[in-house]
Amino acid sequence: MAHQSALIAQDIEAYLDAHQHKSLLRFLTCGSVDDGKSTLIGRLLYDSKMIFEDQLAALEADSKKVGTQGGEIDFALLVDGLAAEREQGITIDVAYRFFSTDKRKFIVADTPGHEQYTRNMVTGASTADAAVILIDARKGVLTQTRRHSYLVSLLGIRHVVLAVNKMDLVEWSQGRFDEIVADYRAFAQQIGIEAFAAIPMSALRGDNITEPSANAPWYDGPPLMRWLEDAPVEDDLREKPFRMPVQWVNRPNLDFRGFSGLVASGVVRPGDKVKALPSGRESTVQRIVTFTGDLDEAVAGQSVTLTLADEIDVSRGDVLAAAGNPPAVADQFEATLVWFDEEPMLPGRPYLLKLGTRTVAAQVAEPKYKVNVNTLEHLAARRLELNEIGVCNLSLDAPIAFDPYAENRDLGGFILIDRLSNRTVGAGLLHFALRRSQNIHWQALDVDKAARARALGQAARVVWLTGLSGAGKSTIANLVEKRLAADGRHTYLLDGDNVRHGLNKDLGFTEQDRVENIRRVAEVAKLMADAGLIVLVSFISPFRAERRMARELMAEGEFVEVFVDTPIAEAERRDVKGLYAKARAGQLKNFTGVDSPYEAPESPEIRIDTTALSPEQAAEAIVAWLEKDSAARR
Amino acid sequence: MDARVATDSKAAESRLSAPMLTHLQRLEAESIHIFREVVAECERPVMLYSIGKDSAVMLRLAQKAFYPAKAPFPLLHVDTTWKFRAMYEMRERMARESGMDLIVHQNPEAKARGINPFDHGSLHTDMWKTEGLKQAIDKYGFDAAFGGGRRDEEKSRAKERILSFRSAQHRWDPKIQRPELWKLYNTRKGPGETFRAFPISNWTELDIWQYIYLEDIPIVPLYFAAERPVVERDGNLIMVDDERMRLNPGEVPQLRSIRFRTQGDYPLTGAIESTAATLPEIIQEMLLATTSERQGRVIDHDQAASMEKKKQEGYF
Repeated sequence: MAHQSALIAQDIEAYLDAHQHKSLLRFLTCGSVDDGKSTLIGRLLYDSKMIFEDQLAALEADSKKVGTQGGEIDFALLVDGLAAEREQGITIDVAYRFFSTDKRKFIVADTPGHEQYTRNMVTGASTADAAVILIDARKGVLTQTRRHSYLVSLLGIRHVVLAVNKMDLVEWSQGRFDEIVADYRAFAQQIGIEAFAAIPMSALRGDNITEPSANAPWYDGPPLMRWLEDAPVEDDLREKPFRMPVQWVNRPNLDFRGFSGLVASGVVRPGDKVKALPSGRESTVQRIVTFTGDLDEAVAGQSVTLTLADEIDVSRGDVLAAAGNPPAVADQFEATLVWFDEEPMLPGRPYLLKLGTRTVAAQVAEPKYKVNVNTLEHLAARRLELNEIGVCNLSLDAPIAFDPYAENRDLGGFILIDRLSNRTVGAGLLHFALRRSQNIHWQALDVDKAARARALGQAARVVWLTGLSGAGKSTIANLVEKRLAADGRHTYLLDGDNVRHGLNKDLGFTEQDRVENIRRVAEVAKLMADAGLIVLVSFISPFRAERRMARELMAEGEFVEVFVDTPIAEAERRDVKGLYAKARAGQLKNFTGVDSPYEAPESPEIRIDTTALSPEQAAEAIVAWLEKDSAARR
Repeated sequence: MDARVATDSKAAESRLSAPMLTHLQRLEAESIHIFREVVAECERPVMLYSIGKDSAVMLRLAQKAFYPAKAPFPLLHVDTTWKFRAMYEMRERMARESGMDLIVHQNPEAKARGINPFDHGSLHTDMWKTEGLKQAIDKYGFDAAFGGGRRDEEKSRAKERILSFRSAQHRWDPKIQRPELWKLYNTRKGPGETFRAFPISNWTELDIWQYIYLEDIPIVPLYFAAERPVVERDGNLIMVDDERMRLNPGEVPQLRSIRFRTQGDYPLTGAIESTAATLPEIIQEMLLATTSERQGRVIDHDQAASMEKKKQEGYF
């Protein structure tokens, strides 16, 4: 894989010394299908001598067998990794490639240009310092070029080069090149790409890749490789205030307590005053501990362990920051979200948010708008689908320390995780904290739930009946309430239909409205439980995620899930309200069990089989369970 | 390496800040970050230790990540019983010096059936390594395993994530792999699911060697050239490391100056003729070499895309 640096053969130690001091540039390549992106990367690897003879032999054989270059070497075959892709001739995922020149080492994120893969591009861009945007000289600036450029700008990449490829197919026309650059400039300004370079090239023929091409005497800029070698690496991070998310508390023994993390920005030295967030407690850095000895300073990008002069409470997820210039702490934000999952983002559904080393529960409000990435238009939206980008407010269960993404990627970039599937379903960029989050504080009250429940002589409970429409939930809930009232219990019954007449009358039956419906009812049930009541909730509540959200709102043991289990055929046969007939006739949309899913509980506290029990027997069983449970807890 | 930053900054005190981090410093910091994230968020991590140069670097990075504490996980060697003797010696030495627990797992079924590289071809790798690894992960209930895979090794690895998810049946499915943005790793998983973590994903072979050189990390002597007894088979030089080596009629081991670019089961690992006896000489030889690192491994030649297939089946 020789760099033909003569030093290797003549003076290996001098070569190693030079190599040791190389910097690292991570860049992203993006282009549409057939722009020649894989060919370009193959060419960069080939021209920096990263291809071995055995690989070259395999490549020549493959080129003859499946190549698209008429038996000539097909560089694209070098980088189309998975067998599935090679057969279909597409790249389906982000791939990382490595090469180095005499000046620099490079990591290339190779992302595909297909319509449906915004996700991959955002992933590749998140760690890139620079971007190479490919354009086919014959086709000029396409919709996809605009999309890629928008994403590059959104993710905060400031060094952009336009690689105008396949110039050999337009006879190296300077006019054509200038036209493309002018087109692109007009667009780039709109999206905040302030400066970019443009290089006429042919990746296939090797023009303007490593050496200036004789085919474009009118072009006096650098070839691509030299542009990559000279692009500034983001080292302005160390000019910013000190931030370090704490990853791990290092406690090998009682005498040592260190806080390990990667410095996200700034510089830290022993003696510096630091603040732990969100607690706000301050201390002074005592030592910067590493395996090879204590350091005098640590800079952005280094992994270190700090010890502090005072015993303050710091744990994983906290941020250590310059005391004089700490990040803000908040629990409500505006953010741009990019959605990654087949299942859409539903406003109100609780997701997990991971930012830095902190993971908290988060709910996303209805998008303010989504962005058409091709036209940059703002469109109204009630949810976000796969590969859609929108601006939304977020509300977290706990306050976190953050910086706006534009100032600090590591303190402003987050992922969202689905709590049931554990998939990474979205990524987001924090813009700013909402003012209300800083101004509304929880009012502590002297009389608490336990005191209220004691006065009522009972323990608060939320008995949540879920099941299909017509399963018998309301009938059973009504009987249970009668029985409890007869025993002198204080109760309230929240019924799906009744609540939709008042509190929730603005909501329909789409997935996102159903989520919001349950969120409000769960919050109301929580207030009632707080008042010490036994609350009966009778709602279809079709989604596991929302029932789980309701459960987690309540205290441990307070939530009792009752699955009123009636097979759909039986519920449809009964059809008390005539709704199934309407739904089947297409007069009723989004009807649970017909054209909207019902996710049955996996482990409810109580399961009622209505084909085996009468409503009276079912109510009896629920009351008996509640009595037994409160006796056990007494 | 960390200390070097401090020294350099003293030398350059006229400037406000230390020099730009080098590529190795950035790679090291990233690897340490990954080690710490996985340890902080998983219940029972383990490090797969295969004794080669990548494992040697991994071990050093693990020590650095948790210093002054000991790395809070054991080392696991999925043994085939057919490693070079020098590798076993190195394994014992490194376990002793690091103070970490060493678990050695040998697939009992492969042992009982006498599976060996001479009679059983690819079944040898399947049973000792692929099956052995699954058994060990199930037996000890590990939920995360650190491995030394690098993206530059092979084409299908270029798309491997830093955290590679495996179903409860240990299968790798390209569709369930999670996007990895910034420095954020989603470590959440369902019951029985595990993941492999590759902290040195972004290192290249040259980076590994350079780091070993800079950090003075001990490696198996077989990497250095010496006179060793070998036979030549199908263009590969195979070392006669112990009495289990079966010689074909007419084969007579010859002493030749050889070394190994990768370490594995001795009957399956081809040597190269070399006189490179120091690290700079090894690196020089590698840089001037014309064939890729894995060419010395016999399993890759089996079929096109064989690594991708083996990965789906659970091979590391």
